[in-house]
Amino acid sequence: MKRRFLPGAGAALHSAMNRRGFLKVSGVLVVGFSSFSAKPGEAQILQTALPGSPALNQVDSWIAIGADGSITAYSGKEELGQGIATAQQQLAAEELSVPFERVKLIYCDTGITPDQSYTAGSQSHPANFNHGNLAQAGATAREALFQLASQRLNVPVDQLTAWDGVITAKNDPSKKVTYAQLVGGRKFNLTLSATAKRRPANEWKVLGTPVGRPDLPEVVTGRFEFVHNVRLPGMLHGRVVRPPLVGATVISVDESSVQGMPGLVKVVVKKNFVGVVAQKPWQAMQAASRLKVNWSAGTGLPRQSDFYELLRKQPARDVLLIDSKDSEATLGQAATVLKTTYYHPFQMHGSVGSSCSVADVHGDEATLYSATQAVWYQKTTSAMVLGLKPEKVRVIFTRGSGCYGINGADTVTYDAAILSQAVGQPVRVQLSRKDEMAWENYGNAHVMEERAGLDAQGNIIAWEHESWIPSKGNRPGTGTPGNVVTGMLLGFEPQPFSPGPAQAPRAYNNNSNGVPSYFAGRVAGKAQGTGRIASEKALVHNVVSPFWTGPLRSPARLQNTFAHECFMDELAARAKADPVEYRLRHLSDPRLMEVIRAAAKAANWETRPSPKPNIAKTGVATGRGVSCVLYEGDNGYSAAVIEIDVNQDTGEVTVKRIWTAHDCGPISNPDGLRNQIEGGALQAVSRALGEEVTWDREKVTSVDWRSYHSLPLGFAIPKIESVLINRLDEEANGAGETSITVIAAAIGNAIFDATGARIRQIPFTKDWVKAALEKRG
Amino acid sequence: MAITLKVNGRTHRLDIDPATPLLYALSDDLALNGPKFGCGLGQCGACTAIVNGTAVRTCITPLSTVAGKEVTTLEALGTPEKPHPLQKAFIDEQASQCGFCVNGVIMTAKAFLDKNPKATPEQIRQALSGVLCRCFTHVRMHRAIERYAKEVAR
Ligand code: FES
Ligand code: FES
Repeated sequence: MKRRFLPGAGAALHSAMNRRGFLKVSGVLVVGFSSFSAKPGEAQILQTALPGSPALNQVDSWIAIGADGSITAYSGKEELGQGIATAQQQLAAEELSVPFERVKLIYCDTGITPDQSYTAGSQSHPANFNHGNLAQAGATAREALFQLASQRLNVPVDQLTAWDGVITAKNDPSKKVTYAQLVGGRKFNLTLSATAKRRPANEWKVLGTPVGRPDLPEVVTGRFEFVHNVRLPGMLHGRVVRPPLVGATVISVDESSVQGMPGLVKVVVKKNFVGVVAQKPWQAMQAASRLKVNWSAGTGLPRQSDFYELLRKQPARDVLLIDSKDSEATLGQAATVLKTTYYHPFQMHGSVGSSCSVADVHGDEATLYSATQAVWYQKTTSAMVLGLKPEKVRVIFTRGSGCYGINGADTVTYDAAILSQAVGQPVRVQLSRKDEMAWENYGNAHVMEERAGLDAQGNIIAWEHESWIPSKGNRPGTGTPGNVVTGMLLGFEPQPFSPGPAQAPRAYNNNSNGVPSYFAGRVAGKAQGTGRIASEKALVHNVVSPFWTGPLRSPARLQNTFAHECFMDELAARAKADPVEYRLRHLSDPRLMEVIRAAAKAANWETRPSPKPNIAKTGVATGRGVSCVLYEGDNGYSAAVIEIDVNQDTGEVTVKRIWTAHDCGPISNPDGLRNQIEGGALQAVSRALGEEVTWDREKVTSVDWRSYHSLPLGFAIPKIESVLINRLDEEANGAGETSITVIAAAIGNAIFDATGARIRQIPFTKDWVKAALEKRG
Repeated sequence: MAITLKVNGRTHRLDIDPATPLLYALSDDLALNGPKFGCGLGQCGACTAIVNGTAVRTCITPLSTVAGKEVTTLEALGTPEKPHPLQKAFIDEQASQCGFCVNGVIMTAKAFLDKNPKATPEQIRQALSGVLCRCFTHVRMHRAIERYAKEVAR
């Protein structure tokens, strides 16, 4: 079957040889201006790259101008559905002053593009749109082109202007030269310059505009090539056989049970990894279900009903995020002390398409088509799994179903690689729904205790946060394939866990949002938080999880924000204060205060304490709630106001309206940002109202869409309004995980406002809400 | 055993186990990218194609039951250059994130609106009650479908 070449990874494969070839025959040094010397004006490089990666500090690693004037940008941040490819293409077009369509963007192919670690954690916008990497490479290239044009045309640089690949003298349009004439087909041979000027945001022509996604015409007409659609010549189909129970190991495999099945090519057993390869996908599925494997008993699971209590009793590795050392004493002097505990379950990534990969391993070489979020780490860890040299493994990102963190993409890449190696032919593996859901790296459960003291006026004078977080495995990183299920089955260990006491924090780091927004955040004498509460403590107990865990969109930040922002509401209610006013009273960061005000204004917020006065205890009650966050402590501001209905007779919660406000610095693409905000907000509603991993004493029981509840396209979709605050002079921040972080708390607060019942456990299912309403009396 | 399949106006003879679900014939034997394996259980809609005018979940539809019927996939509606009005509405509304679910959303909506051209937004919502989008592009998708529905009703 012929492979089609499409924008993104497919195209990357196509142009790999072109690019390498082109670089070899070029090699004309552009210029050696003093401003391009490596130091001290060298641009900030956000991280180091793995061996084999194009050098991060070289313009040629990021930008190429072909002999025909074509412009190619290379990036290590990939399109997962979040719109970053469009924004990066806009960025390169902007810095080089060409229309959007003139730029071709190639990303995440270890044969071509620079190693930028993960595409995750809302880090792509800050990494590539500020002072390093793609943005600064574009600016450096532009500056070099202007210098060359200045020499060629004998016109000072400040008298030149550029558009669409042509540099023209401002006052004599007949004097002009094209990029192709200046450098076409040759290398820049330049180090990224820190002094090269970015295009000023107030002059942007391409960035900052709502450019549509270039992939959409192919997506909506069924032409787009997902990793699921990669078809290689001679490709076979694999299927894995996972253990039926957690902890079960292979005792024996009876290959005769599938002997003679149509299309069967091979049964593959390696330690506890079992899989089959067949000519056709349906044949592989049937062989996998027919194959008789004798498994040992499982290792058992703790009872789900008292799992949260169990967490507190585990040996823990403690981390102290902040400690003013006086919080206990201050609590002792408070007029009122409040203490509550919040609970958040394990949740799934639950991609619509189960994970898929195509691997072509023969001899000592491997090419892997993978939807992983980290192609370079997939390369090094796949090399470990296959016993090959890393330089012999090439990983080509090919888009999968939206992942929202580490879904099955990494593990299925190992599956396909192992099966392909076993048969010496390309193999495609797509997981079954159950294998995807029973064995993915779930978003961590959290138990979160909050304790605070109020003075006689109702102001918060001390606040302590303490959480218990179970984890096991993670992303595989550069060398830990055992962090996901296939690696474990092949005999690799997950990252080790060792309990231990907390050290005093040395620097302020609120990456997990474990520190509430209202804390002063004082470390080493410097207050770096967003709030005013000086008597503060946040302590995390990391414990071992019975399941694999890993980042799920807004990892820990969503859970912590749920607890902090609900608790803030409880404190406001105790102080009989309006929840918006009470938040503003305890905050110091003007940008955080601004998003709260903006969301409240959009929602026409009525100033009064919660709950609502005169609540009828039956029928439908309506309420509103608010919540806010500075994501990761420094990466995007977000606030939400939510209006809900609670049917007090059934316990059903309906989210009616959502107003959000966002400040992520300069907005690269307002429509792309809205798309992320809307998607994040609704995903959060689904997670808050119904999503929970369930299990019995031996295995996970939420293994399909009947047992794991995602809100379908038919649910009563709330109206969403978003206020975008565009700050052109600020740093670019993350935007993909902000709205999802604030929704659960705002819903919890709205339920309280409507009914007077405080629900401290996600998900807010009918039964759970009903029980809470009954307890209210 | 050979089976005759009519897909997107062309007739194919496939030598294939008649118990095989239609999805595998479409995505593997015919190399179509539109219908996708999401769950294989009839629970998400990603595999939807239109068979004799009705939206069908191809992952649980044995080939033997569709022999001789007209099967239409997302590819046959329009092309990137000339998208079907419903596909164009999705582009105009930028109604996609990862795009994996889009096949199921468009094909389900198309089959429903073909039969119910005067459907209300509420009825459209009901028609999509079994379709999943985990990127939660719901707002834009409904906007796109309603935009198209208005054109159809006119
Ligand atoms: S793949 Fe057929 S309904 Fe999910
Ligand atoms: S757009 Fe990603 S699942 Fe719908």
